[in-house]
This record gives sequence, structure tokens and C-alpha cells, in this order.
Amino acid sequence: MADVSLRDIYKSFGQNEVIHGISCDIHDGEFIVILGPSGCGKSTVLRMIAGLEVITQGDIAINGKVVNQLEPADRDIAMVFQNYALYPHMTVFKNMAYGLKIRRMPKAEIEERVQRAARILELTEFLDRKPRQLSGGQRQRVAMGRCIVREPKVFLFDEPLSNLDAKLRVQMRLELRNLHETLGITSVYVTHDQVEAMTLGDRLIIMENGYVEQIGSPLEVYERPATIFVAGFIGSPAMNFFEGRASRDGQSLELSGSGSLPVYPHLEPDFCDKAVVVGVRPEHFSLAPEGDGTIKMQVDHLETLGADTLVHGKSGEESSLFTLRLPDIHNYKKGSSLFLSVSPERLHLFDKQSGKRIGD
Amino acid sequence: MEKRVIFKNRVLPYLLVAPQIIITLVFFIWPAFMALYQSVQQEDPFGLKTTFVGLDNFAYIFTDAIYLNSIKVTMIFSFSVAVIAMSTALFLAAMADRVIRGATTYKTFIIWPYAVAPVAAAVLWYFLFNPTVGMISFFLKAIGIDWNFTLKGGQAMVLVILASAWRQISYNFLFFLAGLQAIPKSFIEAAAIDGASPAKRFWTIAFPLLSPTFFFLLVMNLVYAFCDTFGVIHAITEGGPNEATNIMVFKIYHDSFESLDLGGSAAQSVILMFIVIALTVIQFRYIERKVHY
Amino acid sequence: MVEHRPWLTFLTHAILLLGCLIIAFPIYTTFVASTHSLETITSFFPFLPGRHLIENYQQALTVGSGEVGATVGSMMLNSLIMALGIAIGKISISLLSAFAIVYFRFRFRMFFFWMIFITLMLPVEVRILPTHKVVADLNMLDSYSGLIFPLIASATATFLFRQFFMTVPDELCEAHRIDGGGPMRFFFDILLPMSRTSIAALFVILFIYGWNQYLWPLLVTGDESYYTLLIGIKRMLDVGEGQADWHIIMASTMLAMVPPVLVVIFMQKQFVRGMTETEK
Ligand SMILES: Nc1ncnc2c1ncn2[C@@H]1O[C@H](COP(=O)(O)OP(=O)(O)OP(=O)(O)O)[C@@H](O)[C@H]1O
Ligand SMILES: [Mg+2]
Repeated sequence: MADVSLRDIYKSFGQNEVIHGISCDIHDGEFIVILGPSGCGKSTVLRMIAGLEVITQGDIAINGKVVNQLEPADRDIAMVFQNYALYPHMTVFKNMAYGLKIRRMPKAEIEERVQRAARILELTEFLDRKPRQLSGGQRQRVAMGRCIVREPKVFLFDEPLSNLDAKLRVQMRLELRNLHETLGITSVYVTHDQVEAMTLGDRLIIMENGYVEQIGSPLEVYERPATIFVAGFIGSPAMNFFEGRASRDGQSLELSGSGSLPVYPHLEPDFCDKAVVVGVRPEHFSLAPEGDGTIKMQVDHLETLGADTLVHGKSGEESSLFTLRLPDIHNYKKGSSLFLSVSPERLHLFDKQSGKRIGD
Repeated sequence: MEKRVIFKNRVLPYLLVAPQIIITLVFFIWPAFMALYQSVQQEDPFGLKTTFVGLDNFAYIFTDAIYLNSIKVTMIFSFSVAVIAMSTALFLAAMADRVIRGATTYKTFIIWPYAVAPVAAAVLWYFLFNPTVGMISFFLKAIGIDWNFTLKGGQAMVLVILASAWRQISYNFLFFLAGLQAIPKSFIEAAAIDGASPAKRFWTIAFPLLSPTFFFLLVMNLVYAFCDTFGVIHAITEGGPNEATNIMVFKIYHDSFESLDLGGSAAQSVILMFIVIALTVIQFRYIERKVHY
Repeated sequence: MVEHRPWLTFLTHAILLLGCLIIAFPIYTTFVASTHSLETITSFFPFLPGRHLIENYQQALTVGSGEVGATVGSMMLNSLIMALGIAIGKISISLLSAFAIVYFRFRFRMFFFWMIFITLMLPVEVRILPTHKVVADLNMLDSYSGLIFPLIASATATFLFRQFFMTVPDELCEAHRIDGGGPMRFFFDILLPMSRTSIAALFVILFIYGWNQYLWPLLVTGDESYYTLLIGIKRMLDVGEGQADWHIIMASTMLAMVPPVLVVIFMQKQFVRGMTETEK
């Protein structure tokens, strides 16, 4: 059992700095997901924890002990790779046993651990097969098994489900979650799939461009995104953004060309009369009679999903498309107008300049 | 292309390359330097003293009628071997590419002579054409040809060419067939739909697509004829009769070990070395694709 | 492709059959000659195998021919030792150097790489005398090491393995590091077993290459006990004005051809693979 802490980590490849100072404390038994778009540095962070990349600056500590100089094998971690990295010429049993064999564990104990892991992962009948004789999901489980038998302090996963088809991904996600609950081993999980992140993670580290944008529970990042980036990245369909200005009294927002919205609680004086970005999730609009404090929407087209309907439209002539999600089936004509209201606590305000959240 | 993942170790990599590098240095690079060095030295008849003579050895061999003859013989020999081996192989490969049933059997029967050593091939042909016991020489005599390659230079040349080309047919066949089979069938089918005859299809479609293979094989056959055929000459004619089959590599061997002409044989080695290097560099255009550095 | 030109198909088969026959003809006559007595061979040309097969081969294997001074049996053993030595030696040192070049970064790495590459351009034939001198100076004339070591540098094999190692996913090496293994363990436990097919393909062509060496054994062997079979056969032919023992020579030649030919026929897949992958 272990906690992991990253203290102001920097990483450069040659001249090129790709991680610009990351700090985070991962608690014992926690399932942490690092989420972010492709190329943002997720794998790099994970690989630094694993010891596969040298840390340019900063410290990584496992259980309070700085491990910067330790070889991967000595950090007591185990890692599942995106392509599983199973040894192709070894049977499932040997793949799982190999790490233990290198560590000179007695044969009987190896046998026992592998059998136990195989039972947990339902791999017992495949122990004599080679990886190429297995399906994608089974290979994935073998890769898991190889980690489990080691009984490490920390599990590291680098997009372990991304090579599976959609249905299997959902199933394996559940199995992963159950496994974590059974074993309770501290896990760091890298993905660019937000659904995976939201369902698996106790907490998420959301990264962009080598910076951490926000660290928080799935609900926190959904309800209180810290930056415009997080707000736009989490949630599907993505949050709608409107540019606007806070009124002088801090009680309402003037949206460019599409009306004004009341804000509550009122804005701090610092933000009054400033350019802001307002974010509203598609599911947080509601239909309202025409009047003050509503946004007028011109319907462009509909997507009927069965349980919900997505309405895409514009608020003014030059404004861009935004989306609204309504329960049930609706049938609006192109060009018809809708009036939308948002309850003030559902509004997300961001400083236009810094992209940071305003208020709370 | 480089690996992202590497091991860190100061000594191990040197230990790992050491065997290859030591052998390369001792048995390849050093002797090659020695050949270069000796080619500009002259040793006195008693082997006591060597003096630097610049390019005299080269100047000398290029005025030596025997050496000039050897160059001519090598060219005739090499190109004949290449032309015979390649055209026969291409013809057979084109046929084998057509057949559906029995293709693998034919393939097996055509490629196995490649496993026969050039000297062994030489012995086979030597036997067939032997003036006293050879079956073919008997038939040649029966139709009025006075066959005796131990006395007639032209006949000796024909024999060593045949013996050298025979085994090379297999090699060329293998690559031509692989090249032909790699041509997408749709190309050929499209031409067939346009009404082109099989022969026309071969020359207008398959052959141009084979040109890289063709070029590669030409170089390989020339290198083979320049170097590997030593055994054929040594076993059948020893360069004779009357220098008629005295190819360069055989002459180098002969001058080194029988005439003991150090400077001259070194100069000849250097010239052959440059020919082989030139051919390899041309060839390198193809290897390059695999080397990526 | 469906094509209805029966006469053309027939012609194709006829040509191929003829090609096979012509290619096989020298070997057939050799085989026939190896089954007759010397008198039969020299007086007329038998077309069918005779009755002296066992006798001729037995004599070749256990007694030899004329002045050669070594039996075909012992010379075959020498050829086998040389062929195996060259094949195994080339494969081993090439695996090691390819491993170093792909999986390590060290000073002179590229320099070494190009040095190995240069060996492609320097076959024995272009450096006959100085190489002979090196071997003589090292006291390696008339020894197995003299027959084998100077031939085991191999650019081709090194490139082939390098090429293969480049395709091995990096993650495998990383997984191995996390499992706690060092570089040599990775080499022996992971890379080597994964290279099996390449090794087999290379072994086939290198065995043939080694078995068929001629110039090199000619240079380094003076003592009959180190003669390879091909050298021995050439010696059998050197009878001056006398009558060569054709029946024994032919039996010996058959024996010289059988091992590599069998290897090609029974390991044809590996052979073809080896040929086309190394292109040399
Ligand atoms: N070995 C390397 N050398 C140089 N640059 C690298 C190296 N590895 C990664 N990078 C760079 O570092 C940045 C982060 O890469 P990283 O692999 O961590 O991204 P990622 O978030 O895992 O992306 P993905 O979701 O596509 O896997 C990228 O810009 C990448 O180009
Ligand atoms: Mg990644």
C-alpha cells in the first residue's frame, strides 16, 4: 500500500520542455486518472512515475521515499501498456510468472500467485496459450495478470483499453473498477477518454499542454471546472460558451447579441464591467417564455437520440452554433425560435483573459 | 529510425560489438590496408628490403599484356555469365509464374542447384565436357566439332561460362519469380481485358515492373562472376589454355602464390577491390532502403 | 486468372519440364557415373545407374582417391565443422553486435556500424595474400579456427537482425525492465526466442555458404587432415597425365552436394526467406 507524490515535476526532451511543473498527492488506495488530449504529456508523467523516463526536475516519492534514482524494477510498481507488451513467445502462464522468476521467487509461490491471479481474471483455461491465440480482451487481462501477481505498491495503466472495441471497453472498465475495489492498490490510469475517466477515477488530473488544469473528483470537475479548457473538455456534448460582459453592478451578464442573464450570487467587484466567458452545459438550459433574462435561439438542426433531443442553433446572426439538450422527443422546424433560461447557479463564468473560473 | 528505449551501460555495448569488430579489423580492414600498402611497395628478389615505388606497380600491370588480357577475359566472362544466367532464369520464372498446378514443384527443382558449390558445379561440367570421358564432348565430336577445351581457349571459355552460369540460374530464378509474384494480378488482368496477348503483357507490364529486380540481379551476378567463380576456374582450366580463362581473381591468386609477385598482385587486388566497392555502392541504393541511416 | 489457351498451358509445362531436366542433367550424369566402375565410365557413357554404388561410396568414404591422403569421410567432417562454425559464428556475433547497436548508445556506435558495413565490400577474393599472411602470423594455418574465424564477420546478418530488432516494440523492453531484468537477460529471454525464424532462415543460407567455401580453405589448409571435401575433390582431379578416379570423384562430388541440397529442399521456406531477406 502506498501513496505517491509528485513534487513540481518538469520534463524536457532535449531543449523541448513538455511537462511544466506538476504537483499532486496521490493517496493510498486511490484510483487516479490522468486525462487530457493527445500529446499533452500524460504518458510522460506516467512513465516518470514508472522510472522509464528520467525526471528533469522535481521529485517523485512513493511512500515518502524519493525514487528519482531508482530503476523501474526497484520502485515496486507494475504497468499495463497500451499494446499490452506481452512476450509473444511465452505462454500466458510464463508471461505472468516471468517477473517473479527474475526476482527468484520460489516455484511453488509463483505457481500459487499465478493461479490465483488467473482465477480472479478468469484466465485459468488459457494459461497454456500463447498471446497470439487470445482475443483482445483476454490479452488485456493477461497484461493485468502480469501486474497483479507482482503485488506491487502502485499500478500504472497507459490507455489499457484503447485497443479494444467499444463494447469490450465498457465491460473491461467495469472489471477494472471491481478489481480495484478487491485489491485496493493505488492506481494511476492514463486515458484520453472522458467517460473512462469519469467512471473509473476517484480523482482526475486534467492536463493540457504539459500543465495541470485541475485536480478533483469527477463530480467536481464536472460541476466546477477550474478553467475554460476543463469546462470544454469534460461533458458531452461539450459546454456552450458565450462571450459577454459583466454588468457594472455585477448582477447580470450582457451576452453579445443574444440577451442578458442574471447572475447569482452577485459578482465580486473585481470582475464587474469586465470581459468574461460564460459557459452553459447543453443539459442545463430550460425552455422559458420570451422575456428578460432569456437567450433567444434560432434552431438550425436536431439530433434525435431517443431519450433526449439535441438542438443545435444560433443565438444571433454572427454567433456560432450552440447546443441544447432536452429530455424526450421534440420536433422544431429549422429557423423557429426558442427562448432559453438558465438558473444562475448553473452558469460557469471564466475570466476571458486568463481562462480561469470566476466566483465559485 | 532509432529506438526510444535503450539500456544504460558503459562497458557492455563495447563487449557486445567486440567480437564482430575485432574480426572485422583483423581479417578485413587490416588486410585491405596491407593490400593498399603493398601495392605501392616493391620487394627485392630476396624479400629482404621493400622500397616505396608510388604507382609504379599500377603503371607496370597496365602495360602488362597478360593483365590487360585478364581484364578482357574477365569482362567477357562476367557479362556472359550474367546474361546467360539472367535470361534463362527470367524465361523460366515467367513460365513458372503462369502455371497454377505444380508451381512449387518446379520451383523446388529449379532452385536447388543454388546449393551446389561453384567448384562442385565445375566438376560436373568438367566431367560432361571432358575430352576423353565426357558424354557431351563425345556427341560434339560425333557431329564434327573438334572438342578439346584443354587446348582451345574459346572452348574453355564456353565451358567455364556454362559451369558458372548454371548454378546462378537458380539464384536469379528465385528473385525473378518473387518479383513476378509480387506484381498485383489486377495489372495483368486489366491488360488481358484490353486484349493484350500473354507475351505482350509480359513485356509491357511485368518486365518494366521487374526492372529493380533486374538491376539488383545484374550487380549480384557481376560480383559473383568477379569473385565467387574462382573455384570454377581453379578446378577446370587454371586460367588456361594460354591465358584464355585467366580471370582477374584467378590471376591475383596465381601471382600471389605461384609467381610470388607481391607488389603486382597487391596492385591487382586493389583494382579488383575498387571494382567490387563500386558495384557494392551501386547496389547500396537498394540496400539503403533497409539500412536507414 | 481464367484463361483458355490449353496449348499455351501445355507449352508452359513442357518448357518448365525441359528446364528442370536440363538443370538436373549434370547432376544425373554425375550420379550415374558414381554408380559404375571406372572402366565402364571411361569406355562408354552409361545412361542408367550401375551396380557399384555402394562399393564406390564406401571406397570414397573410407579410403579416398589417389594421392589425396584423406578420406572423403574425414573431409566431410571438416566441411561440416567449417559450415557449422561459420553459420553459428556469424549468427552469434551478428546478434550481439546488432543488439549493441540497437539497444545502446555509446561512443563510436555509428563508426562501428559503418565498419561492419564495409566488410560487404571486401570479400576474401580482393585481399587474398594479406589475409593469408595475417592468418599465418597468428599461427592459424591448418586449424579449424583458421578456417572459421576469418569468415564470420557479417554485415548482412548484422543488418538483418538490426532490422528485426527495430520492429520489436519498445514496450516489450520496458515491460522487461519493470519485471526487473537486465540487458543480457532481455537478450536471451526475449530477443533471442523472438528472432527464431530469422535465425533459422539465416542459418540455412549461411550453412550453404560455409559448406561451399573454396578459396579460403585452399589458402589456409596445407595439411590433408584439415582438407574440406571441395578441396579434396580438386586434389583428386589433379592427376596430371594420369587417369582420374572418376567413379570416386563423382561419388565424392555427390557427397559434397548432398548436405546443402538436402538443406535447401527440406528447409525451402527458410531458404527462400533467408535469400530474399538478406539479398546477399
Ligand atoms: N522520447 C521523446 N522524445 C521527444 N519528445 C517526446 C518523447 N516522448 C514524448 N515526447 C513529446 O512529449 C509530448 C507529450 O507526449 P506524451 O506521449 O506524454 O503524450 P500523451 O499525452 O501520452 O499523448 P497520447 O494520448 O497521444 O498518448 C509530446 O509533444 C511528444 O511529442
Ligand atoms: Mg500516451
